[in-house]
This record gives sequence, C-alpha cells and structure tokens, in this order.
Amino acid sequence: MTDPRSTLTTETGASPPMSALRTPTRPRVWDVTLTIAAGGALGAMARYGVATAWPHAPGAFPWATFGVNVLGCLLIGALMVVLTEIVGRPHRLTRPFLGVGILGGFTTFSTYAVEVDRLVAGGQLELALAYLFGTVAAALLAVQVGIVATRLATRALTLVLTRARTRKGTPA
Amino acid sequence: MTLLLVALGAAVGAPLRYFTDRAVQARHDSVFPWGTLAVNVVGSLVLGLLLGGAAAGGIPAAVVTAVGVGFCGALTTYSTFGYETVRLAEGGSLLYGSANIVVSLAAGLGAAWLGLAVAGAIWT
Repeated sequence: MTDPRSTLTTETGASPPMSALRTPTRPRVWDVTLTIAAGGALGAMARYGVATAWPHAPGAFPWATFGVNVLGCLLIGALMVVLTEIVGRPHRLTRPFLGVGILGGFTTFSTYAVEVDRLVAGGQLELALAYLFGTVAAALLAVQVGIVATRLATRALTLVLTRARTRKGTPA
Repeated sequence: MTLLLVALGAAVGAPLRYFTDRAVQARHDSVFPWGTLAVNVVGSLVLGLLLGGAAAGGIPAAVVTAVGVGFCGALTTYSTFGYETVRLAEGGSLLYGSANIVVSLAAGLGAAWLGLAVAGAIWT
C-alpha cells in the first residue's frame, strides 16, 4: 500500500494496477457495462424525480441539484467504507451497480456547471458564488460524514453484538 | 415517456463515463483523477450546447431530456469528484486535492459557458 494509487480506489475503479486493465476480462465486460447502464438509469430517474419535485425559478438557488449532489456524496462515502472496510470481498458487480451506476447517475456535474453559468449570466453573481462554493464545501463534508458515520456505526454495532454474545456465553 | 428518455440517455452516459475514466487513467501515472475531470468537462460542454440551442428554439424538448438530463447527467458525476478529492486530501496530496477542485470548477464552468456561447452563435 505504499503506492498512493493502490490506496486511491475510485468509484469507477479506475486506479488499480495498470496490468489489471489488460488482463483478459473482455468476455465479461458486458455484464459490467449493463450493470452500470441499469444503475445509471435508476440514478438519473431519481435525480429527474427530485428536479421535478423541487423546480427552481430562474435566478433562484438550485436546491434540487444541490441536494442530489450532496446526498450522493454522503452515500458514496458510506458505500466505499462498506465495500472496502466492512465487506471483505464484495460481489464484482456491487460497486459498478451502486457506485458507478446509481450514485454516478444520480449526481451530476454538468447541470451544476450550467446552473452556475446561468446565475452569472442573469446577474446573480453572489448567488452563483454561493452555489458554486457551497456545493463543493457541502459535498466534500458529506463524503467525510458518510465515511466517518459508517465507521462509527459499524464499530457501535460490532460492540453491541460482541456484548450480546459474551452475555449469552457467560453462565448465569 | 419523459422518464424513459432520461433512463435511455443515462444508460449510455453512465457506462461511457466508466470506460472513459478507465481509458484516461490507464494512460498516465499520476494520482490526479484526469478521467473524472474529462467526463465532467465534456458533459458540461455538451449540456451547455444543448441548453443554449434549446433556449434559442433549435433543439426539441425530447432531445434535451434524453441527452441533457439523461446522458450528460449520467456522464458527469459529483459523487466521484467529491470522493476522489477527499481521498487525495486524505492520502497527503492536499495540493492535488485542491488542484482537483480548482481545475474541475474552472474547466467545468468554462466548458459550460463555451457550450452556451457556441449555441448562441449557431442558433441566433
């Protein structure tokens, strides 16, 4: 784990050793592709649902996109802890489906970028800056919260289960 | 019907993000997440073009839904951007983490602006 790349496991699984990319996984690439496509479709439909439920007027703060992106960041933090620290060897399609597919399809950078530009073009410079930097700050914090909260919850659960087991094990 | 268009666009965009990221990350040796940056910038450019064209009446609503909401939305990602930035900072590359934020925001906003501007020039 001295190579920083080996610790930087991205949601897309993009940073494994270079050799891993050339191993003969080609025949099995279709199930990964379809899994990501299905997850992406589900995530995008959920995002569309949120955007439809909370539309924002031109010149107003885009709460729907903000909420979707921050929630997606919270969940990716939690998911990555579950997959890399709790589940020893997750199914090979779990991360493509939940991380790359659903969360990747749910969150969006393009809408965010266009919304900032439109706020600027509409003369709402302060709101544009608040949205631009507010999203980044909230998103990064959400990733951290997702990571830390999941670790704490796991620890607490393990403690409770261990206690319950020892209590059961001790004779009355 | 609208929901179906979103799903169809996303079913193309999400795998394209995955394969673009893998292809880009396989071509360099740094920890910098160029792959995510690439999809986010390209998606922002395409969405800018599309919404600019739609605002000028040059692009039908169904195309905006499928390509804009579905494809561009799923091609780009905030969760990976956020996660990679946190991991970079955690891994000691505070400089890379900060650089990822600055470059992603600047390039993404620039790309979206360029798309809107080009669309304005084409359709008006």
